[in-house]
Amino acid sequence: MTVTDRPETLPSAEADTNGPAGATSFDWRYVWYQLRRSPLAIVGLVIIILVLATMIFAPVLAPYDPNAINLLNRLAAPSFEHWFGTDQVGRDLLSRVIYGARTSVTVGFAIVGISMGFGVVIGAFSGLAGGRIDTVIMRFMDVLLSFPSFVMAMALAAALGPDLINAMLAIAVVRIPFYVRLARGQALSLRERPYVKAAVTFGSSRLHIVRRHIMPNSLAPIIVQGTLDIGVAILTASALSFIGLGAQQPTAEWGAMVSNGRDFLLDQWWYPTFPGLAILITAVGFNLFGDGLRDIFDPRLRAK
Amino acid sequence: MSFLNIIRRRLVLLIFVVFGVSVVTFVISHMIPGDPARMMAGERASDETVAQMREALGLDRPLHIQYLTYVGDLLQGDFGVSIRTQRPVMDDILRFFPATIELAVAALLFAIVLGIPLGVLSAVAKDRGIDHLTRTLSVTGISTPAFWLGLLLIYLFYGQLGILPGSGRLAGNMSPPPFVTGFYTVDSLIAGDWAALRSALAHLILPALTLGFIHLGVVTRQIRSAMLEVLQEDYIRTAKASGLSRARIVLDHGLRNALIPSVTMIGLAFGDLLYGAVLTETVFAWPGMGNYVVESIAALDFPAIMGFTVVASTAYVLLNLLVDLTYMFLDPQIREIG
Repeated sequence: MTVTDRPETLPSAEADTNGPAGATSFDWRYVWYQLRRSPLAIVGLVIIILVLATMIFAPVLAPYDPNAINLLNRLAAPSFEHWFGTDQVGRDLLSRVIYGARTSVTVGFAIVGISMGFGVVIGAFSGLAGGRIDTVIMRFMDVLLSFPSFVMAMALAAALGPDLINAMLAIAVVRIPFYVRLARGQALSLRERPYVKAAVTFGSSRLHIVRRHIMPNSLAPIIVQGTLDIGVAILTASALSFIGLGAQQPTAEWGAMVSNGRDFLLDQWWYPTFPGLAILITAVGFNLFGDGLRDIFDPRLRAK
Repeated sequence: MSFLNIIRRRLVLLIFVVFGVSVVTFVISHMIPGDPARMMAGERASDETVAQMREALGLDRPLHIQYLTYVGDLLQGDFGVSIRTQRPVMDDILRFFPATIELAVAALLFAIVLGIPLGVLSAVAKDRGIDHLTRTLSVTGISTPAFWLGLLLIYLFYGQLGILPGSGRLAGNMSPPPFVTGFYTVDSLIAGDWAALRSALAHLILPALTLGFIHLGVVTRQIRSAMLEVLQEDYIRTAKASGLSRARIVLDHGLRNALIPSVTMIGLAFGDLLYGAVLTETVFAWPGMGNYVVESIAALDFPAIMGFTVVASTAYVLLNLLVDLTYMFLDPQIREIG
């Protein structure tokens, strides 16, 4: 390892060949078998399922319309009618937190989807192309990776104008290089694998090799990284919303709700507390589950 | 690769990164909707004044000339004038810089002092109760929105208990100690001003806890995984066989070697403190660069935002270089080759 390499937190493609029989390609049954033995990962998975259920069934779960204003019942304390209390215009905070899952979690998935999509295409292209093209692309990515990503996302979002979609795009753009590097590494290492070389020797078509060998084997580490990133993406998007660069009124978004509730902190603690708790729990869920997946795919950790 | 080669490679990368930052900020400041000349001239200025302003700002010249002028100014430390404060951006940044560093250092100290023992404990007791507890704590740290934790701490320690201040760096009726380092804690100590020292420390506690808690997770995690790796080494087995006490094996042989790879991670964490600092400073009205940039964003003060971006990015890159060099210096395997 050269010193310029960052300590590798990403799982490598090695995982698939070092594993027991059945793990030579992305094997969901094997993953599930390993996951069941990790209580923390299961906790993460349960949280994720609950959060997704909240998103999907928001209209059924929410007791009130999240945008219904009731000026007669402003800043009400948590009660049986309003479990999380109400905000400064009398909107039910529980309903807003429930609907907020739709905004915040969707944004998290979208950020990862966009950065992963672009990153994988560029990375795979760079790795398979090799030569000078590869060098130029990767040097460029090195430069981008050296930027502090939050500061860059902030500057970009500020320039695009305060809006949730802009914040989402800004965060996604600065995360692309991570996936470029990951996907390129996958493409490079898989290209040299005996089974890929064997397939070439047998005269398999290029398409067949990519579909049958490259894709399934490079998918796992990228999915793991993506899962870990969803937590980060949700946190970052809510942070941009908190400083006024993301969701705007009246959108129910967790970071913006904490920001609005900030003015009422000392007398109405519940207002900023519950939306923030929702961010925390969701991020914990994705991080625990992502950690569990990484333990399964990282051979260095698995050896222990 | 030799030691010198690595340094050379990193320096080349550094030049490209700084160049990249300048291009990115230049492009961003040209993406802004609205006319910067009109913004500078004020909303009610006549078209003629705006045209004059455009000429004064050089916005009528071709793009590549504008870029070269921009880089030339940057190299001379000229980041333009802040629209909000009407002062040169560089002066503003220099004024707010020490507060941010003081906060970041305090937070990192907290994270290291607590994180190293927790990480060691977690590794030694792998897969037992304490390990699960520590891992849960560190995942919680990584998953906590800093701005929210700050608010909770203010509510509890300022609002309810009333034992700690909730904003600023010093009590309102105090004047800052004479400038030496820009750290109020250190400067008041140098000046022998005990009241100011007490106040500065009291103001530092909650922001440092907020920022530190998030990094506590990073440090604990890193130390745990480095310790797990080291504890399987042959020399640990040899030490065990030679009958050394468990504490000596873990601390002398284990931790000392686990710290080497951890330097990189912890150093990088220091760079990432920038991110948390922006949020923490906003919540605690801590007069640092983060607070400055958020207020600039609210005022659409682009010279200030871009100035901050350039300084923060360059500092981040330099810090990473420093961390890597320290790492190389600490690791005898690498040092010897060079």
